[in-house]
Amino acid sequence: MKLRIENISKKIGNFVLKNTSLEISEGEYFVILGKSGAGKSVLLELITGLLLPDTGKIFLDDVDITRTKIQKRNIGLVFQNQSLFPHISVRDNISYSLKMFGHKKNYIIKRVDEISKLLGIGHLMKRNPSTLSLGEGQRVALARNLVTEPSCLLLDEPLSSLDTLTKSEIRRLLRKINRGDFAKNTSTNMSNELRPQTIIHVTHDYEEAIALADRIAVFEDGQITQIGKPKEIFKNPKSGFIAKFVGIKNFYRGKLEKNSEKTAVFYTHSNKNNTQIEFHISNLDYEGAGCIILRSEDITISNGNYESSARNSLEGIIIDIETVRTGIEIVVDIGGMDMSSLITEASLKKLDLYCNKKVFVSFKSNAAKFIRS
Amino acid sequence: MYKIRRLTIFEMVLIFLGGLILLFILAPLLGMVFGCTLDSLIDVAQESSVTNSIWLTLWTAILVTLIFSIIGVPFAYLMARKDFPFKRLLSGIIDIPVVIPHSAAGIAVLSVVSRDSFLGGIAAKFGLSFVDSPAGIMLGMAFVSLPYLINGAREGFEAVPVRLEKVALTLGASPSRVFFTISLPLAWRAILSGFIMMWGRGLSEFGAVVIIAYHPAVTSVLIYNRFTAYGLKYAQPVAVLFIIICIIIFVFFRLLGGKNCRKNNARN
Repeated sequence: MKLRIENISKKIGNFVLKNTSLEISEGEYFVILGKSGAGKSVLLELITGLLLPDTGKIFLDDVDITRTKIQKRNIGLVFQNQSLFPHISVRDNISYSLKMFGHKKNYIIKRVDEISKLLGIGHLMKRNPSTLSLGEGQRVALARNLVTEPSCLLLDEPLSSLDTLTKSEIRRLLRKINRGDFAKNTSTNMSNELRPQTIIHVTHDYEEAIALADRIAVFEDGQITQIGKPKEIFKNPKSGFIAKFVGIKNFYRGKLEKNSEKTAVFYTHSNKNNTQIEFHISNLDYEGAGCIILRSEDITISNGNYESSARNSLEGIIIDIETVRTGIEIVVDIGGMDMSSLITEASLKKLDLYCNKKVFVSFKSNAAKFIRS
Repeated sequence: MYKIRRLTIFEMVLIFLGGLILLFILAPLLGMVFGCTLDSLIDVAQESSVTNSIWLTLWTAILVTLIFSIIGVPFAYLMARKDFPFKRLLSGIIDIPVVIPHSAAGIAVLSVVSRDSFLGGIAAKFGLSFVDSPAGIMLGMAFVSLPYLINGAREGFEAVPVRLEKVALTLGASPSRVFFTISLPLAWRAILSGFIMMWGRGLSEFGAVVIIAYHPAVTSVLIYNRFTAYGLKYAQPVAVLFIIICIIIFVFFRLLGGKNCRKNNARN
């Protein structure tokens, strides 16, 4: 079902959720991305009805559910640490909502078995939740909600407490649930179906967001600052915060001034020693305040100030060398500011780089991306 | 088979202190047990006034604990979950019976149930009386022991993660069904513990009860009477008999609670 949130705001303790509006289509996998503890959970609780908004309305399939009781909304919620009921078996956990809705015993057993088989937990029915692994627990938590065919499934950091291997397993399962596909059981000729499930998934991990989302909403300081497809956000982050969030290490605030037909100069200064640094970037027909982002892959390191087509060459000292999944990250202090460069291990050896070595960082004028303030 | 490592001096001091405490509790008990003969115990166990008194003490204590559990446990849930103005004050008020002298507590209860008071007057119209009756005994017991039940139950509910209750609500459970299917079962062990504490406290009460009801005599009153009238040797067997019965009952309930304890610990 489709969900529409109009002008929702809420003040709780020190946290303020500002005027927020969203529209999520049926069957969409929607990710809300933001820092831990930024109140994304508050938004989820507002949607389920556990909290009532101060202002605004919520519509499910164009029906106003803002004042509907929690129990009647049929919106599922899965927490980070599963929150399975520890005093009853896995089967009873999954059957819980069906019992609350007053279904007949036979129907409950059949439905629970169906869903459990689909999620690969049929063999865990009699177990106590505390004996399950985190991955199994998360499957049970999902099953517990899916038995009632919720109009919308809300996930609050569902992968955060899982190890890498289990994370990718559950990601695959979530995609499957979202698509609603799987095979017909030819031996029983029962059509076990999951219909496409609308999912709202809250996380602070942008890689997770990119892996799963149809669309992402970036949540910053109690409001949504950008919504779009993952690639869009990654390519065109609308703010420094978002850039940092999606893993861009080099961003600098400052002022852009036109220099000539082809280039402009971006003035920024370091907070540490108040020296001014200039970047020459491609002209944009714009002047004023904003920030520059540079991808680490676009920064070149050399041992000397050699002539090249790169318009920018800055002297600095290496302050950190870190091995990352995609190569080696070199952090250089250029006059009080940090700049990160991503190089290969081979280059590290060839250039004989080490901490405290004096080097030159360079990049072309069209590598810089300017974001207006 | 692993080797036990040598104890540090700190640990030895702790063990020594623990030993002193144990001695402090056991010595008087053992002294009393060995101070009376088996014959005197058997005699006393056959005296109807003694057995009646013990039975009275047991049933009044458990009945009043049951009654107040039904009233008190939901209240403890409210205290655990809701925030309201003056909550701290209310919490303090609940603790008052524990800190006031027991005879004073008895006078306090008597002030409301004696024949010329409000409640006592109403009861008198029906030909009933709180003074010198099991009802009065129960009130005295409850007044001094209620805080243990309320606080125990409250802690039990506070230990149930609110998240589980939230999940239950989203799964379609009404607040009362959440209470009965989630909160109560998970707080059960602490509630049972509070129940046992309240019952035990009621069983052992003297000061408050004796002021409201001198007859029929609960066992603590009976022991006092025998001691003041006839001396130590006459009171000892009753005391020993009663203590043995109490210990058996409490060990039984602790084991019952212990089984739940093991089940719940398995989940951690």
